[in-house]
Amino acid sequence: MNYETVIGLEVHSELATASKAFCSCENKFGGEPNTHCCPVCSGMPGVLPVLNKKVVEFCIKAGLATNCSITRYGKQDRKNYFYPDLPKAYQISQYDLPICHSGYIDIKMDGYTRRVRITRIHIEEDAGKLVHSEFGSSTLVDYNRCGVPLIEIVTEPDIRSSAEAYVFLETLRNILMYIEVSDCKMQEGSLRCDVNLSVRPEGSAEYGTRCEMKNVNSFSAAVRAMDYERVRQIELLSSGEEVSQETRRWDDEKGMSALMRTKEDAQDYRYFPDPDLCAIVIDDEWVESIRSTLPELPEQKKERYMGELSLSEYDAEFICAKKALAALFDDARAAGASAKAAANWIMSDISKILNDSETEPEDSPFGGKELAELISLIDKGTISGSIAKKVLKKMFDNPQKSPAQIVEESGMVQISDEGAIREIVLKVLNDNPKSVEDYKNGKKAAMGFLVGQTMRALRGQGNPQLINKLLSEELDK
Amino acid sequence: MKITNDEIKHVARLARLYLSDEEEKRMEKDLGAILTFMDKLNNLDTAGVPQTAHAVETSNVLREDVAAPSFDREELLKNAPTVEDGCYSVPKVVE
Repeated sequence: MNYETVIGLEVHSELATASKAFCSCENKFGGEPNTHCCPVCSGMPGVLPVLNKKVVEFCIKAGLATNCSITRYGKQDRKNYFYPDLPKAYQISQYDLPICHSGYIDIKMDGYTRRVRITRIHIEEDAGKLVHSEFGSSTLVDYNRCGVPLIEIVTEPDIRSSAEAYVFLETLRNILMYIEVSDCKMQEGSLRCDVNLSVRPEGSAEYGTRCEMKNVNSFSAAVRAMDYERVRQIELLSSGEEVSQETRRWDDEKGMSALMRTKEDAQDYRYFPDPDLCAIVIDDEWVESIRSTLPELPEQKKERYMGELSLSEYDAEFICAKKALAALFDDARAAGASAKAAANWIMSDISKILNDSETEPEDSPFGGKELAELISLIDKGTISGSIAKKVLKKMFDNPQKSPAQIVEESGMVQISDEGAIREIVLKVLNDNPKSVEDYKNGKKAAMGFLVGQTMRALRGQGNPQLINKLLSEELDK
Repeated sequence: MKITNDEIKHVARLARLYLSDEEEKRMEKDLGAILTFMDKLNNLDTAGVPQTAHAVETSNVLREDVAAPSFDREELLKNAPTVEDGCYSVPKVVE
């Protein structure tokens, strides 16, 4: 029997605010343990949390960028549970009146578009960090992250494969980065996701029993966890057993998941309205003022690149899929580069170097201005295209140097001196009488060999157009 | 019986309270009386009355997003049961 996979995601994204959600402690990754803490975020009795306005605004912004409706009346609730990473023994979250609801994101797959509905986006606070000593009998608690604002984005079970889930996560991450509400650094935990997955016989209208997977620390780990879970559930069903509703913990090193808790011991969170926090009332004026701060979103940018700049859909999509690549492209254009040249460099050589060195585009050591300068060096004939590739490599290694500086210092200037090139051309022709003869007998391919020999003698720095021209002149004499 | 002994046990466990048999009986009686009292509210017609989440009607009590220096760590950790490497140290818990 063929099975269909049904996936829903819960994505947590730490907001890039200056201060925490309910106190003015700095919201910053890392730091010495317990140095970004105060009586509010370390859960002292008798303190009063006051919500950070920006947290509401960032949540609204995320909702607007994902086609959500924004509530007019929201409240905050306590989610109660005992765990040492949560000093109050409750997390401030939102239960039934989240800031945003009923949105969607369209994801582009190979040959089709999938609409993934967003159930809700709500605000809540992050918990502290626990370090378990391996041998000792203690757990160390660092509350620096405690009270850092989060948004939780919950999707409907609209995703049908791990590949779709991956594209959804990439698309969502890109949107959050475009609107600058989160830095989305997976390695710092500022973007995390929980996966809900079930399988059902193809064509069935009812959902199967789902399992939730926690501890998925990267998008690729999420894909592995989903593929594993899909197979696990199908094997159960195929052997006549049932899938039981449970929460499982993914172990990426072992490549398998383990039971964390069953439905029977599911947590009883006893949500209730937080009496310390007043209602959040949002009017049209507030929503519109936030809407007016939305930047051009990836989809809109893509359309503009295709229309105004005549980029192909593939190129436009590729560049817009990462905010930093689009910024590189825009900045290069602003500094005078043509859209076509900038796109070509970004799509090919730059992406290749970034991939090979596992560098995220936002960590690229140079910007659009430098890319434009490199392109103008080619346009002016100072360097050839192949030399430019070498210059680009050096730009990655020497970010403090401009392309022109690199060219000058490493003597990579293209040789466009007609006299100097003609001298080499004559020598090459003299050294290769057989090829000259072949050429004269109609074997035009011999030309390529002679061009190569000339370029080699010029250590790759000869102006290719000039070499071609002079060789033809001499051969056709 | 407004509340069963099993419910008392469940609620006590959630709150990490360990009650003696006698205390459980007293809780049953007290909570039962409270729930009976709350039942009076059901006599009111609340159709069309919006859900009330807060006794105070104030809304949007918000602060600007400005960071300020945090608390002195030594001072903060004075409340910790034990301290290790600048952290609160608690009995090992792994979920």
